[in-house]
Order: sequence, then structure tokens, then C-alpha cells
Amino acid sequence: MTDHHHHDDDWPYPHPKQPDTEDAPFTDHMAITEAVTELLIDKNIFTADDMRKMVEYIDSKSPAEGARMIARAWTDPDFKARMLDDVNAAAVEMDIDAGTIPIRCVENTPKAHNVIVCTLCSCYPRMLLGLPPDWYKSRAYRSRMIREPRAVLAEFGTEISDAVETRVHDSTADLRYMVLPMRPKGSEGMEENALADLVTRDSMIGVTVIKDL
Amino acid sequence: MNARFAVGDKVRVREAYPPGHIRTPHFIRGKEGTVTAVIGDFANPEELAYGRPGIPKQTLYWVAFPQTGLWPDYAGPEHDTAVVDVFDHWLVGEQQ
Amino acid sequence: MRRHHDMGGLDADAVEQTEHDYSPWEKRVDAIMRLLSDEKRLVMTVDELRRGIENLGPGAYDEYNYYERWISSITNILIEKGVITVDELGAKMEEAKARWQETQT
Repeated sequence: MTDHHHHDDDWPYPHPKQPDTEDAPFTDHMAITEAVTELLIDKNIFTADDMRKMVEYIDSKSPAEGARMIARAWTDPDFKARMLDDVNAAAVEMDIDAGTIPIRCVENTPKAHNVIVCTLCSCYPRMLLGLPPDWYKSRAYRSRMIREPRAVLAEFGTEISDAVETRVHDSTADLRYMVLPMRPKGSEGMEENALADLVTRDSMIGVTVIKDL
Repeated sequence: MNARFAVGDKVRVREAYPPGHIRTPHFIRGKEGTVTAVIGDFANPEELAYGRPGIPKQTLYWVAFPQTGLWPDYAGPEHDTAVVDVFDHWLVGEQQ
Repeated sequence: MRRHHDMGGLDADAVEQTEHDYSPWEKRVDAIMRLLSDEKRLVMTVDELRRGIENLGPGAYDEYNYYERWISSITNILIEKGVITVDELGAKMEEAKARWQETQT
């Protein structure tokens, strides 16, 4: 799968052609990846075990971790204050490894709706949400979200009233962002674990809101 | 940290277009915004990208730009904003 | 000049809300980068990764998928830094392809 459609016939630039591999393609880039991995292991930059553990670690990351933090913030105002101050430190309280890149949590309110984009590459709070969806990395999202947020949000089924400010955060530098969605009406009295189940990845990117129950 | 700007300061992004690795997006060059947070000092990515240590560090700010100031045909209300992380050396002060 | 990757505000089509489960190969590219840039190794930085991706040029930037761009940039930078050589890379690639061919018969 790619971010973009391939146009094999009219594309003027060379790219890997793999004859007879329709069922199980092995592209040049896959060969390069295997070769680089072997060379770096041979040269003792890292071990095969380091590699295996890192892939396992990547697999262990999912939006569930971000969702747990959101649910805690909804139920514990002191935690929420600490999280808005320092997400990485607040994560440690919950035994979540949010890594060393500073993550900022931006809070949705009745007056402001936050949404995240990275126009220059595809920066994403992967330590709390896992690897990004393809559309987040797409040319369409990266080009348009910053200029016509309301139209793009509408494509995600999210209508923001003109009375509410839309605030688009472009992660251009050393921070990553996650959105603290508004707690849905009707969730009063629900326990933290049940609340966490309501929190979607897309609501933490800010392209959707969590529907009232 | 001796931040040159404080929260609330009006700033303008330098209107410069050098080649090379730059983390100041094209769409804010020459545009006016307001500092909404002073984030801290970070190694300069324009140096790090070429294998150098990125010293001196640069202060990083949140700068909020009114969308209507970025795009003449902006379709939404005037209070909509874009918030971009901008390094100190890309900012100049604006007289109120 | 506006560089190719610097696309904020350009015209584009509707966002196709596609996603896929990342393949083992893609996760390995991600793992290589995390290992090379961690505080213990510091072989290369994310900033160098980005610079390398931007310098692939508009053709590769659009035609390669996300992790193809990553491994292309990582490889170029490792060669630049003298961590690996073109010759040993080529030899290892041939071995990898030969191994894969064997699994196809």
C-alpha cells in the first residue's frame, strides 16, 4: 500500500519494477531494508535482538494508551492539569512510556476545537497513538487541513459551529500534539475504563468529536 | 532561558526563502501572528539536519496566526487560527 | 522558493480516508530509524532523515510510499557518513533477493 496512487504507465520517474511477483512482491526497497539491517548488525550498531524488541515495542503502541490518559483526565481534574502541563510526565504516572519527545495536549472546549496536522512531513504522537493512518500522511490532508479546516473536518463528518474557533496545530518542530476531546454528554458516572472505550484515535487527532451518548 | 518574545507579543515571520532544510513552513513567511506560548530551547534543526550539533539552541514559540491573515479567501469565521511552532531566528518583533 | 514537501495550503483533492495494517517490512524500517537515532547510538538524527527525504526530489517523494522514502533517506545518509558502503549494500541486496527467489520455487 502507498500513500498515493501509482501511475505505472505515465509516471516519468523510475521506480522498482518487480516482474512475476504479483502475489508476494519483493521490492528493491524491501531488499534495501534487509541489506541495511544485516549490515548494521554485522557492524555491531545494533543486534538482531535489539531489532526484534523494537518491532515488538512498535507493535505494543496503540491509541489505547492515549485513550486511557484522556479518560483519566476526564475523571481527575488534578491529573488533567498535570497532563496539560506535561503529557510525558503524566504518562509515567499511568505506567505509559510516552518517550522523550515532548507531547503537548490541547484541550477542546465549547469555544475552541483543536486539530493536528504536519504540513512539512508527518509528525504524529506515535508514542501515545501508535503509527499514523495513511490519510494523515497524505498530500490531501497535509495541504488542505491548514487552509480549509472546516471543509476537511466536514469530510470526516465533523461540523464545527461558526461560533467555535477552529485551531489547527501544525507540528513543525520539536513537539507532538494530541487533542483532549470534550467528554460526551451522558457519560456522567461512567468509570474510567468504560470512558476510555469511548475515546477514538480520530478524536485525539481532532478530526472527529466524541458523540454524546 | 532568555526568550526574546513573551506571550502576547506580536511577531512577524521573516520573509526569506533560502534552500535547504527548514522547519518554517512557506505559508507563514512574512505573516503576522501572536506568541501564545514560549516552549523552550531546542537544538537548531537547520543545523542538525546536516549532521552538526545545532548550537546555539533556538527558543521555540507557539505563534497563532489568524486564518484570514494567511489566506485571502479563507472561508471560515475571523476567530479561526493556525498555531505553528516557530524558532526564534525566524521571528522579528512587530510594533503594536 | 517553496520546496516540494512544504505543501501546507496547496490545492488538493478530498482526503481519502484510507489506512492499512503496516507490514513487517515497514515496521522494520521504523525500528531501524528508532535504533539509529536513540540516545545510546546517535548514528543519525530525525532531522537528517527529513533532510534526506526532502532531497529525494519531487519524483521520488510522490512515487515512493512513506517507508520507501524513509529507507531511501536512511541508506543515503548511512553511506554519506561512511557507516556502510555502496558495494557492501549492493552485495547484501543481491543475497536478499536470491534468498527470496529460493522461497518462490
